Formats: sequence, C-alpha cells, structure tokens
Amino acid sequence: MATAAQTPRFVHPAARGGCPFDPPPAYRQAQQDEPISRVSLWDGTPTWLVTRHEDVKAVLGDARFSSDATRAGFPFISAGARQLSTGQPTFIRMDDPEHARLRRMLTGEFMIKKVEALRPEIQRIADDLLDRMTAGRTSGDLVREFALPLPSLVICLLLGVPYQDHDFFQECSRVLLRRDASAEEVNAAQRRLADYLVGLTEAKRAEPDDGILSRLVARGELDTQEIGAMGRLLLIAGHETTANMTALSVLALLRNPDQLARLRAHPESVVGAVEELLRYLTIVHSGLTRVATEDVTLGGVRIGAGEGVTCMVNTANRDEREFPDGDALDLTRDARRHLAFGFGVHQCLGQPLARLELQIALNTVLRRLPELRLAVPFESIRYRGEMLVYGVHELPVAW
Amino acid sequence: MLVHIDQEKCCGAGSCVLAAPEVFDQRDEDGIVVLLDAEPPADSHQAVRDAAAVCPAAAIRLEQA
Ligand code: HEM
Repeated sequence: MATAAQTPRFVHPAARGGCPFDPPPAYRQAQQDEPISRVSLWDGTPTWLVTRHEDVKAVLGDARFSSDATRAGFPFISAGARQLSTGQPTFIRMDDPEHARLRRMLTGEFMIKKVEALRPEIQRIADDLLDRMTAGRTSGDLVREFALPLPSLVICLLLGVPYQDHDFFQECSRVLLRRDASAEEVNAAQRRLADYLVGLTEAKRAEPDDGILSRLVARGELDTQEIGAMGRLLLIAGHETTANMTALSVLALLRNPDQLARLRAHPESVVGAVEELLRYLTIVHSGLTRVATEDVTLGGVRIGAGEGVTCMVNTANRDEREFPDGDALDLTRDARRHLAFGFGVHQCLGQPLARLELQIALNTVLRRLPELRLAVPFESIRYRGEMLVYGVHELPVAW
Repeated sequence: MLVHIDQEKCCGAGSCVLAAPEVFDQRDEDGIVVLLDAEPPADSHQAVRDAAAVCPAAAIRLEQA
C-alpha cells in the first residue's frame, strides 16, 4: 500500500518515450504496478499520481478534492503555474458554490443548441483559411495557417475580441502554457493579458456588441476585473486546446492511413472519430491537479487532508480495463467515456464548441486536400513536450 | 425505467444531450439539463444509461421501474 512517507517514484512531468502519441513510459509503468503512487514535483514537493480511469473519475467527481490553488498543499506543475495562482482567480481554480455561480453565467453560451447554430460560420472560416493556404501553393504549415487561426477566430468572434490582436494574445498564452517559463515571465504575460481584457471590457461597457464580454457586462453581476478574468480564461482555453488537437489529429491520421481512408470515405463518422482522437491523443498531458480537503481513502490508499493529487487523464484514457487495446487508434470504437475534457463539475465548459470545431476542421481538411501528406520526415516533427497542452509546434504538409 | 435529474448538481456540459437527445435537453437561458421524458421507452434505455454514465456531475439518477 502506498503511503505519504514513501520515496517518490520519479519527478513529474517525466520525459516522453519513443512514440509521440503515447503517454511517457514512467506513467504507464506506474499504472501497471502502483496506480496511485507518489511522485515529486519540480521543487521537490510530493504529489499523489492517479493513473487509472476509475480512480481519476473518482477524484475529479469528488468535492473533497479541491480545485482552489490558494489552498495549502495544492500541487503546481511549475514555478509559473504557482505564480499564476497568485493573480485574480478564474473559476477553473475555484470550488462550488462560487465556481458554479460563475460557470452558470456561461453555460448558456456554450450549450449544444447555441454552438450548433455556429456551424455555418465555422465552416465558412475553415473554408476561407484553406482557400488562403492553398492559393497558388502546394505546401505550408497546417498549424500556423489553419489549426491555430480557426479556433482563435471563433473564440474572438464569440467573446467580442478583435482578431487583429492575435499575435499579442497568442504570444501571452504561449508563455503561460510553457512549463519552463519563469515566475517573472508568467507574471508579465499574465499582467499584460489581464490589462488587455480589462481594457476591452471597459470598451464594451461604453460600446456594447453582441459578444459574451458585453453580455457579462449587461448582466451587472460582475465587476470589470472579474469579467476580464473570465475573458482571459475563455480566450486561452478556447484556442490553444482545439488548435493543438486539430494539428495532432491530422498527424495521427496521416500515420494511420487506414483510419484516415475510412474517415475520408465516411465523413458522417467524424462525430465518433473525434471522440476516439480525443481519447487517444489526450493533449492535456500534464494532469489535472487537486488538493484533498479531508482524509480520503481511494483504491486502498489513504490520501491525507492537504495533500496534492495529480490526475493523469492521458493514462486513464489508455487504461486497458476501460478501453481494450487502448493503444490502438480505432475510429470505430465507442470512446465516449474518455476523460480528455476532465470529469466532475469542472469538466470542460467549451466541449460542445471544441467538438464542433474539430469535426468541421478534420472533415474540411480531408475533403479539400485529397493528396494531403507530410512535407518533412515524420522524425523531424517537433512536439510540445514542454507545454501544458501537448501538440506539434508546426506541421509542414503538402497537398 | 424512471429518470431523475438534479438541476442543482448539473454543470451544463451537455453530455446527456449528445447521448440521449430524445430524453434530455438544455434550458435555453443557462444550458442546465431539462428532462423531456421521465419514463422513456425501452428502446432508449441504453442511451439513457450511457447519458447517466458520462454525466460529469452525477446529476442523473435512474430507477428501474
Ligand atoms: C480539444 C479541446 C479542449 C480540451 C481537450 C479541453 C480540456 C479541458 C479540461 C481537461 C478541462 C478541465 C480542467 C480541470 O478539471 O481542472 C477544461 C476546462 C475548461 N475548458 Fe476546455 N478543453 C478544450 C476546449 C475548450 C474550448 C474551445 C473552450 C472555450 C471556450 C474551453 C473552455 C474551458 C473552460 C472555461 C474550462 C473550465 C471549466 C470549469 O472549471 O468549470 N475549453 N477543458
């Protein structure tokens, strides 16, 4: 039985192994022989590592595990992440009832009906980007020209953020998502982004539009700082994740030509295909963090009040008990029980939007680029191992 | 089968609507779950069980009638 006193197995995050789509070997080993184990963080503090599907669900669904990063013992993945917790908090780092109060101001914005109505607009954006990418050329970087601008344009539209500022906010979010950014760098990026969104919120107060920021202003329940913080969360969460999922999915499909051919032949199967890609790729690869607010016994292990817990959704999504032959990408699998969007009351608010964007992005790329292939050797692709959200830095393709 | 929902617990993720759209919907103003059919026909029982299983907030409870 694991105890809090035992020596950490390894330092989290651990190095990746051979296959860029698989979780690092150290986590898979832990899942095999000690599914709830002790590891240490960058600064030497210990955290519990939870690796199985069943246990990850149990932790994320249990209110005794807090998302409040200002609580003693909260596990931080990096110095930058610790720095972030000292700023104006957003509801992703709060507990109910405060979390629910704030989240419910947005659930109507991202509900399925509302998001589905965006389909023609998202399709138009996808087509425009591909028109521009392919005009007079036969190769390009799919990340920079398609995967990143698509969700960025969409979230800007929804929030009422001017897209022409994308170089600025994408640069800030790159710093915030780098595990090796220093506390000072994170602080500066956070401050610039916060000032930007507060300024924008003030502008909406003077001149409202029909975006989410203006609607939050009109509700009259939040002050400018709070709305700015919400906008910051939505802006970052709303583009980095989908962008990386899109590019990594295309790469995974190119490496699994039979699966790619199947999807191309059956575009209507994209709904299930996206769930399987979410499961298989699980780009939130550094784990979801919580701190126990009381003593909890989980899978025979006693987790003490004030101890940090890191839930590895990537290994949970490869758990053979839940997904037989889980290391295979199988677009025909029913993968809906995956935890790529988390679980519990913090489960991704933007998931209907992410799903729709991914479905449109993949089908549009496959339909419009029948000769799609990598423009560089697979071995030369650079992965985002050092970022909080996994993916590829660029994806040079030809068509 | 009897379906119970808890709108207090619901976090509006929408998973139930994807799994069983004939039984669950989302309230227009805030995306919180609404029950369309508390006693769904047998051919949708599996979909309803799927919906309950993927609900992140444990807001769906099933009672075998
Ligand atoms: C493929 C794309 C995406 C993935 C894999 C993803 C993943 C996640 C995960 C794992 C969480 C849970 C965090 C936790 O429990 O601590 C989360 C929360 C969240 N996501 Fe996403 N996300 C995606 C896209 C989006 C989009 C497009 C939006 C926005 C508009 C968004 C907005 C949010 C927000 C606001 C939260 C916080 C919810 C809360 O704390 O109640 N996400 N996401």
